[in-house]
Amino acid sequence: MYVYDQYDQTMLDERVNQFRDQTRRYLSGELSEAEFLPLRLQNGLYVQRLAPMLRIAVPYGLLSSRQLRKLAEITRNYDKGYAHITTRQNVQLNWPRLEDVPDILADLASVEMHAIQTSGNCIRNTTTDQFAGVATDELEDPRPYCEIIRQWSTLHPEFAFLPRKFKIAVCGTAEDRAAIHAHDIGLELVPDDNGVIGFKVLAGGGLGRTPVIGSVVRDWLEKKHLLTYLEAILRVYNQHGRRDNKYKARIKILVKAMGVEAFRDAVETEWQVLKDGPSTLTDEEIQRARSFFTAPDYQQIDGTSSAAALADACKADPIFGNWVKRNTVDHRTPGYRAVTISLKATGYVPGDISDGQLDLLADLAERYSFGEIRSTHQQNMVLADVLTAHLPQLWQKLQAAGLATPNIGYLTDMICCPGGDYCSLANAKSIPVAEAIQNRFDDLDYMYDLGPLEVNISGCMNACGHHHIGHIGILGVDKKGEEFYQVSLGGSQSKQASIGKILGPSFRQEDMPDIMDKILSTYLSLRNEEEAFLQTYQRVGIDPFKERVYAKAD
Amino acid sequence: MPRLIKDGTIVDSDWLPANPDRLTPGHILSLDQWLALDDKSGSAVQLEPGDGATPLLDHVDVIDLVAINFPVFTDGRGFSYGRELREQGFKGELRAVGAFIRDQVDYLQRCGFNAFQFAEEDQLEAAMDSLTPFSEHYQADVRQPVPLFRRRT
Repeated sequence: MYVYDQYDQTMLDERVNQFRDQTRRYLSGELSEAEFLPLRLQNGLYVQRLAPMLRIAVPYGLLSSRQLRKLAEITRNYDKGYAHITTRQNVQLNWPRLEDVPDILADLASVEMHAIQTSGNCIRNTTTDQFAGVATDELEDPRPYCEIIRQWSTLHPEFAFLPRKFKIAVCGTAEDRAAIHAHDIGLELVPDDNGVIGFKVLAGGGLGRTPVIGSVVRDWLEKKHLLTYLEAILRVYNQHGRRDNKYKARIKILVKAMGVEAFRDAVETEWQVLKDGPSTLTDEEIQRARSFFTAPDYQQIDGTSSAAALADACKADPIFGNWVKRNTVDHRTPGYRAVTISLKATGYVPGDISDGQLDLLADLAERYSFGEIRSTHQQNMVLADVLTAHLPQLWQKLQAAGLATPNIGYLTDMICCPGGDYCSLANAKSIPVAEAIQNRFDDLDYMYDLGPLEVNISGCMNACGHHHIGHIGILGVDKKGEEFYQVSLGGSQSKQASIGKILGPSFRQEDMPDIMDKILSTYLSLRNEEEAFLQTYQRVGIDPFKERVYAKAD
Repeated sequence: MPRLIKDGTIVDSDWLPANPDRLTPGHILSLDQWLALDDKSGSAVQLEPGDGATPLLDHVDVIDLVAINFPVFTDGRGFSYGRELREQGFKGELRAVGAFIRDQVDYLQRCGFNAFQFAEEDQLEAAMDSLTPFSEHYQADVRQPVPLFRRRT
């Protein structure tokens, strides 16, 4: 993973000092609430319903064991002994004290971590595929480019006061696991006609109140132009994005209003000024970035015999076998698999992780996966480089810590924002809805029979739970002071991305498990053999679901 | 005369604030007033958010001063205006006016601003402490046109 040199570390230390001074001035009354607001937001600090919330950046979801241990220590010293993994692969603390935040940031800086631009109207953490570098369907590892973008976007002087937040995702695989179509800018590594890899550039995707799938603004961009082209897009957006209405301020509204053609022309015009300038990437810089993401020291393993041994172990212990089937995926190196650690155990808040679990994962990452771990935008963790021969012992240790729920990609592996229990933006709670659904559908056989299913829950329009792109999306809404839930069907975050369709009038919280039951039994009664929920929905449309869910009782 | 920080020191302004309603000598001009000028040499003009820097770009060699107003400090359009003007060769005084705050001065300087006229003059002394919070930056900018990745040793 990327390692800081003296430049990176000096900048980060200076940033901590700057924020320490800003916090001091705020607490002494020199800095007004309104003036402190964007400064604290750009250092990850929200003021929430019950306490401040600090969002810590995990650049493209990559963490070392050392960083995990520091996070565990911080949750013990400054918080309540747990943290929350977000849908931007970041880590949130729910209970820090405002006056402690400069010290927390200093602790983070000691392990090359920070909370810069995890919030506010600026360029946020760049996200990518949690299986980057090990995926079997990868054209090229996206992480070097994520790191190049991270450096370019960090403390960028021109783009710290944008009309609204700005999110970039990069993917390098056939299957899109980074939801690039739902980002302000989505970048996909693609070959041109001669097989030279560059970027397809999408802009104007986004969720929130007006969900939009991103438009292609450039089919292929030579790698060296990455930063100047991004800069041109941001400059058009900074100058022309709406600032009069925060719900219309995202770049997706600008792209729609201008039309993709006109938007593309405006970007090209800006780009002509910047193109081939000093920010043009050099081969040396691309090589330098790539040098941090080389393959670890894999053992030479005979793939056939290791696969046979694993199959035997799975047969000998079906519970282990089931976990291997559900929570691990193929790795490009023979004898290895990538393991997803579920943070979606029934009875626990989706995405929450305790200090003890963080410490344990730090140990397990060191023992089994070269000291690295990844956070995912589905709010789980990944050990990407595990020898198949180690899977049984790893599984036992995870199971003992409540981290082996075999549900990855199934109903109970829900994406869920913190919602009204914590967040001051939320219209409704989301965690109790997730828990009620997990409790109702806790039967593993039934869950597997339902097949791959993404259920995404957001407590408000801001869509942190990505409800628009869930196969089943649930959105908390406020109706005259009461919490209701609107359901949408047919969303998808794949390359054939789609926005879910609203089923109809919203429901009460206590009715949600029954509503889910009706939707799922409708699917089961209509599906053709082996058809997943999304496929059935795409074939039959929303009407059969509507009829069943809103049928009058006899 | 208003006082401001210019090139790192506190000085009196050579120009009086813009007055869009009346054309008076010695005052900075609004964009409309400035566009009506026949002879733009030695002029001083103020941009508001939404004006854009484009109308000035053909005249950057003769303009003395461009003031960019920040009616609210969270409206960041002026950052791009400043940078564009410098990229197009403007060498005169680039002044931030309005409600910007001292914590933005570093970014403003990096976008080419060299003068800072705060809404409240008592901010000036304190703002002198905020001029260089960082010794190094990742990106290319007006003050350091070579990005860090071309300079790392």
